Amino acid sequence: MMKVYLDNAATTALSKEALESMMPYLTQVHGNPSSFHSFGRNARSAVEKAREQVANAIGALPEEIIFTGGGTESDNTVIMGTAQRLKDRGNHIITTAVEHHAVLHPCEELEKRGFEVTYLEVDEFGAVSPEQVEAAIKDNTILVTIMFANNEVGTIMPIAQIGEICRKHNVWFHTDAVQAVGHVPVNVKEMNIDMLSLSAHKFHGPKGIGALYVKKGIRLPSLIMGGAQEKNRRAGTENVAAIVGMGTAIELAVANMENSTQKMLTLRDRLMNGIESRISEVKLNGHRTNRLPNNVNYSIKYIEGEGILLHLDLNGVAASSGSACTSGSLDPSHVLLAMGLTHEVAHGSVRLTLSESNTEEEIDYALNVLEKAVTTLRAMSPLYNK
Amino acid sequence: MYTEKVLDHFSNPRNMGEVEGANGVGMVGNAKCGDIMQMFIKVNDDEIIEEVGFKTFGCGAAIATSSMATELIKGKSIDEALTLTNAAVVEALEGLPPVKIHCSVLAEEAVKSAIDDYRKRKEENK
Ligand SMILES: Cc1ncc(COP(=O)(O)O)c(C=O)c1O
Ligand code: FES
Repeated sequence: MMKVYLDNAATTALSKEALESMMPYLTQVHGNPSSFHSFGRNARSAVEKAREQVANAIGALPEEIIFTGGGTESDNTVIMGTAQRLKDRGNHIITTAVEHHAVLHPCEELEKRGFEVTYLEVDEFGAVSPEQVEAAIKDNTILVTIMFANNEVGTIMPIAQIGEICRKHNVWFHTDAVQAVGHVPVNVKEMNIDMLSLSAHKFHGPKGIGALYVKKGIRLPSLIMGGAQEKNRRAGTENVAAIVGMGTAIELAVANMENSTQKMLTLRDRLMNGIESRISEVKLNGHRTNRLPNNVNYSIKYIEGEGILLHLDLNGVAASSGSACTSGSLDPSHVLLAMGLTHEVAHGSVRLTLSESNTEEEIDYALNVLEKAVTTLRAMSPLYNK
Repeated sequence: MYTEKVLDHFSNPRNMGEVEGANGVGMVGNAKCGDIMQMFIKVNDDEIIEEVGFKTFGCGAAIATSSMATELIKGKSIDEALTLTNAAVVEALEGLPPVKIHCSVLAEEAVKSAIDDYRKRKEENK
């Protein structure tokens, strides 16, 4: 049976290059980067080289990069840290209804602690406008946190314009760029971004490692308390090998971006055309062009997403869904609901996310499997009468 | 996350589809996740369920429990069928993940609703 991985928004495969760069730090260089001796200094120089690689990839300075345990920790650090740091200046935070839970849950926690959070509504494609952000800013606004690109539907937010507005009003601007970095051009200076979260496992780096960019001049308290690592901005001995792997992966992702984007766009179009020509009554979720090059998301009417995923999985194809039945919480995706989808249509959503190493053959195979799954499930559906 | 048995019933559902000449039809919805199950039964003069069929809009567990429920009530009297519990369906499937137990409740309710419908129709035709 063919195995086809179309869940690259969930995580990506570690690249050969990243793995190879990590190996010496798992096998030979075992020093603690904080140690004084040569073992420590070797580890330290590897960490600092990776810091430069990450900084270069997003147009930042190396000293503006803090290594963290991933996208979630970066998001939490910004939101909880800003609240703590600026609580005397204000208690209002602006975000969107379609953020990842790594942003939404800390915001909800802050609400419990007396902060006020505005969750901007999105349009039918899942985007907010810069005007909406500007209209929501008040005297007591301390933070605007808006994702760069949505993890479910791939919609890209107007980050540069939002950055400009926040700069004009002198409000800190954070973006969760976990799905964007390594996939679309990101430049923190040109886009007026004050803080940015990224995560290595979304661009073929290792899991459990990420970074937070914090613009020079902004001082956030560390979420993790302990040693003086990362200039007191994040305690705990560095995961040296993972940091090195992230550095390699981000450098490669940015260097190859044009090439891999072209490849993925070709595959994406093949997949989208295939779905739209072979399956009736489907709805594209997200915008047709303003979306990540690797993201495809459709609602397939009259059937439910988990059933689709199971059929795909039984035939070797890995995908994901915004259906209530796959969520664990039994609520359909908050992103799809915020975009105005009914429960029933959100139920039948399937997300297929590509990497540049997918092939046309794999896409064609996945299309065959998907078409068969839909036929089978529709025949079973009390909602389908054709 | 699913047992072999669940996957088998999901991939090769038994008694799927409407039943020609059904004299009891039940439709129930799941308030929890918004899923729908429809059950068709054809009951003979001895009150035995001769034929049964289902249609389901729901997850893998919902489809598998529908399929299993139809197997468990086929050929049974309606009184026997009324004693079917969701626990019995789960057991026959060799277990379901905890978050999926509510899906099996739907199957039990669908059977009861089809039998209710059968009885109502019988009452009206008296
Ligand atoms: C938009 C977004 N933010 C945050 C995260 C969390 O990142 P991590 O898995 O590295 O903690 C993810 C990944 O699932 C994501 O897609
Ligand atoms: S029917 Fe929705 S979780 Fe089973």
